[in-house]
Amino acid sequence: MDYNWNWSVLLEEQYLDWLISGFGWTIAVALSAWCIAIVIGALVGVGRTVPNRLISTLCTAYVELFRNIPLLVQMFIWYFAVPEMVPEDMGRWMKRDMPNPEFVTAVVALGLYTASRIAEQVRAGIETVPPGLSAAGKAHGLSLSQIYRYILLPISFRLIVPPLTSEFLTVFKNSSLALTIGLLELTAQSQQIAEYTFQGFEAFTAATVIYVCIALLATVIMILLEKYTRIPGYVGKEG
Amino acid sequence: MIDIHNISKWYGEFRVLTDCTTKVSKGEVVVVCGPSGSGKSTLIKCVNGLEPIQQGQIHVDGAEVTAKGADLTALRSRIGMVFQHFELYPHMSVLENLCLAQEKVLKRSRTEAEERARALLARVGMSEHSTKYPSQLSGGQQQRIAIARSLAMDPIAMLFDEPTSALDPEMIKEVLDVMVELAQEGMTMMVVTHEMGFARKVADRVIFMDVGAIVEDRPTADFFDNPESERAKDFLSKILNH
Repeated sequence: MDYNWNWSVLLEEQYLDWLISGFGWTIAVALSAWCIAIVIGALVGVGRTVPNRLISTLCTAYVELFRNIPLLVQMFIWYFAVPEMVPEDMGRWMKRDMPNPEFVTAVVALGLYTASRIAEQVRAGIETVPPGLSAAGKAHGLSLSQIYRYILLPISFRLIVPPLTSEFLTVFKNSSLALTIGLLELTAQSQQIAEYTFQGFEAFTAATVIYVCIALLATVIMILLEKYTRIPGYVGKEG
Repeated sequence: MIDIHNISKWYGEFRVLTDCTTKVSKGEVVVVCGPSGSGKSTLIKCVNGLEPIQQGQIHVDGAEVTAKGADLTALRSRIGMVFQHFELYPHMSVLENLCLAQEKVLKRSRTEAEERARALLARVGMSEHSTKYPSQLSGGQQQRIAIARSLAMDPIAMLFDEPTSALDPEMIKEVLDVMVELAQEGMTMMVVTHEMGFARKVADRVIFMDVGAIVEDRPTADFFDNPESERAKDFLSKILNH
C-alpha cells in the first residue's frame, strides 16, 4: 500500500482541538443520555411488573415502540419531524432558539431509546427475584412500594449489573449516530480531520483508540460497582 | 383469634379448598397435616390474605381479612409467618433482616429495632451471626432467624408453612426446639407440618386435610389414637410406621 503515514497531524493544534472537543461531546451525549435512560428505564421496567394492568400495558407499549424503531430513524424523527408536529410556537422555538439543538436532540433520542432496553433488563431482574421474598415482605406488612424499594429493586439491580455494563458501553458507541444530525462528536471530528488532512487512517485510528479507552474505563467502573454491591455468599463467586 | 368460616377457593376451574371451617383460639397450637396437594399450605396462606379466596370469611382478632378493601398490611404486620424456604432477604445482614419491617411498618427507631432484634437472636441462639448474610448460614440457622424475624413484629399469632420440609434431617430438631418453646410460652400457632412428633408434643388440635377439605379436626390425642376417617388412618399408618 502506498500511503504516506503522518501521525503528527493529530498533534497539530487545530486537529488536536477537534479531537478533544469531539471527545467531550461524545462523553457529554453518552452520560446525559445514560442518566435519562437509567431513570426512565427503571420506572418503565418497574411499571411492567406492577399488578396494575393500565400501567403495565402503557410501559409495555413504551418498550415496544422505542426498541423496535432503528435508533437512526428515531434521531431523524426527533430532529426533523417532532418540531413540525408540536404546536407552532414550540416548534419555532425548537428550530430557532433552543440552545445546542443537535446535542439536546441526540441526548433525548439516545436516552429514550436506551431506556427501553434498560427497562427490559430491569423487568427481567425483578422477575428473577424468587417470588417467596415478596411474599415474605407482604406477610410482614410491607406495602407494595416498600417491597419494591427495599427488596425487589436492591436485589434485581445487583443481578443486572453485567447486562447493564454492555448497555453502558453501547450508549457510548451509539452516541456516534449523533453525527447524522450534525453534532460534532468524536466520529464527526475524526471524519473532518480526515477530510482536511487526507490522513484518514490516523484520524480514525485516534477515534478508535479513544473509544476503546472509554469502553475499558467504563468496564472497570462497572466491575468495581459489581464488586462493591456483591452480596456475600449469594450470586456468583465470593468477593 | 383465627376464625375460618366456610371458605372455598378456586384456581380457574380447579377447586383447591372446599368449605373449610375451623377456629384457632388464643394460645392454642393447631397442626394442619395431610397428603401433598391437600390444600394445607393454601389454607394457611389465606389466613393472612396472601392467597385470596372466592367464598367464605376469615376473621383474625375480630377483623375480617376477606372483606373488600380490608387493610391487609396492618393486619399482616400482626400475624407472623414462617415459610418453607425461609425467604430471608439475601442482600441484608441477619440484623437488617430483623429490623426492616420493624422500622418500616411498626415505625420503630433503629436503636429500638436493633435492641429487639438482638434479644430475639439471643433467644433462638443466633447472637454471634447477626452481621452475617443469609447465604452464609445453614438452613436450620436461616429458619431460626426467619422465626426471630417474625417474632420481632410482636405478632398476636404465628403461621408456619412447612417450616422444616426444606431442611436436612439433623437441622430439623434445632428449628422444632424453637417452635416447641414458643408453643409452651403460649403463642397462638397454626402449623402446617409433617412432623408428627411435634404435633403430639405441643398441638392442642390436629386438622387433617384431603383434596381441599378438612376431614378431621380433633384434639391431638383423639386424632392419633382413633382417627375416624379411613383417609386419616391410611395417612397415619404411612407416616408413623416407617
